[in-house]
Amino acid sequence: MPTPRSLFIACLFICMFPFHAIPQDDLMDLLADDEAEKTEYAYATFKTTRIVIGHSVENPAPGVMLFLISHHFGHINEGAYEFFGLDQATIRLGFEYGITNRLSVGIGRSSLEKTFDGFAKYKILRQSSGKRSVPVTMTLFSSVALTSLKWSDPERTNYFSSRLAYTFQLLIARKFSDRISIQLTPSLIHKNLVETAEDHNDIFTLGAGGRYKFTKRTSLNVEYHYVFGNQITQPYDHSLSVGFDIETGGHVFQVFMTNSNPLFERGFLTETVGKWGKGDIYLGFNISRAFTIVKPKSFRE
Amino acid sequence: MKKTILFIVLGIALTNGVFAQRYLTKTGSVSFFSKAPLENLEAHNSQVNSALDLKTGDFVFKVLMKSFEFEKALMQEHFNENYVESDKYPNATFKGKVVNIGQLDLTKNGSYNAEVEGDLTIHGITRPVKETGTFEVKDGKVNGKSKFTILLADYNISVPAPVVDNIAKEIEITVDVMLEKVAE
Repeated sequence: MPTPRSLFIACLFICMFPFHAIPQDDLMDLLADDEAEKTEYAYATFKTTRIVIGHSVENPAPGVMLFLISHHFGHINEGAYEFFGLDQATIRLGFEYGITNRLSVGIGRSSLEKTFDGFAKYKILRQSSGKRSVPVTMTLFSSVALTSLKWSDPERTNYFSSRLAYTFQLLIARKFSDRISIQLTPSLIHKNLVETAEDHNDIFTLGAGGRYKFTKRTSLNVEYHYVFGNQITQPYDHSLSVGFDIETGGHVFQVFMTNSNPLFERGFLTETVGKWGKGDIYLGFNISRAFTIVKPKSFRE
Repeated sequence: MKKTILFIVLGIALTNGVFAQRYLTKTGSVSFFSKAPLENLEAHNSQVNSALDLKTGDFVFKVLMKSFEFEKALMQEHFNENYVESDKYPNATFKGKVVNIGQLDLTKNGSYNAEVEGDLTIHGITRPVKETGTFEVKDGKVNGKSKFTILLADYNISVPAPVVDNIAKEIEITVDVMLEKVAE
């Protein structure tokens, strides 16, 4: 049985404890307690929605409209008569719009084969660290391309559906560091109409790409798509593009070289004919400009 | 015997009550404004952590840089990626003191002028600052407000030549925190 005296001493101690201990610890510690509860999402894995000509995992931010001008000249090996390709140009104009953090849609028109294209892109997984840790960002991409060239043989029965081709991609990317991001891009291209009976309607490719940032505002981007064998009877090559990104305020400017003439998915994935080794290289540039259509909440009137 | 125990319990309760004088918020707001020839920039952060000790005058802030919201998403990306480098330096902090806390009775309603002194850390660079602000006390809540300017160059934040007319060298910062008593 404790004596009243020892109880009194104990009481003194207990009473003094909060008086001394709490004001003495660092006030900063009060602000630090929920760090582990937070999830940090990776951002700016790539500077734009494209690595070079293929899509990256990035979407425009919600409420932001991107205007893209993609453009390249002819083969640089065409010689002085064609001014090393500069006499010709192939262009794609496009708009992309971010609906939510995860969903974006876009449309485009290419001069090549007078092709219209439309796509939807949905981020199913976001790379993050902290409370919820996810190693990669994953985006589902689906597009349709419509060739509006006049029928090559108007005499036969032509179906509208013959003009259409579809592309489905799973974009898997990881931002390894400030400087390095890598992306894998398996693709399935479905063509409603193919050249011969031996050509596959469904074509599988596997792409890989990445970027290396030299400075805060410049980066080198590389993109390669491998077409698995025995799917296409026409001559083709695998698409390889190298680009250099320069960012200035609201614009991203990209100079690139590629062996692909088309600037839409069906085209550059399955109808690339140029060979790097032979100098069938197209010099081009992409410009993207961001417009804010819907302002974030705290900036609305 | 029972009296003694009652005394102990009362003693603990009273001590805790009397000495609880730390105030805290996790939803304080910090905004900044840049006025440059070509455009005005503005950003808001309403998830600012701040704490104040009424007895010692200790006053601290922690600002998560990624929580700043800009009018244009691209500005936000550039802010984090190119200017303040949020991956390397996720927080801005202030650690200082209300110098004249002895003359203020922040337990009573009213408006008080405060002198605050301490170390401000942004972009990994710590600088001593001395600013003034106000405390408005109402019903046990302490609303701290201040407006001051900082120089980007002081914190090693460089603005590249092409956008030198878009971003001011001097940034105006507005702080508004509603501090509430911490239950101990």
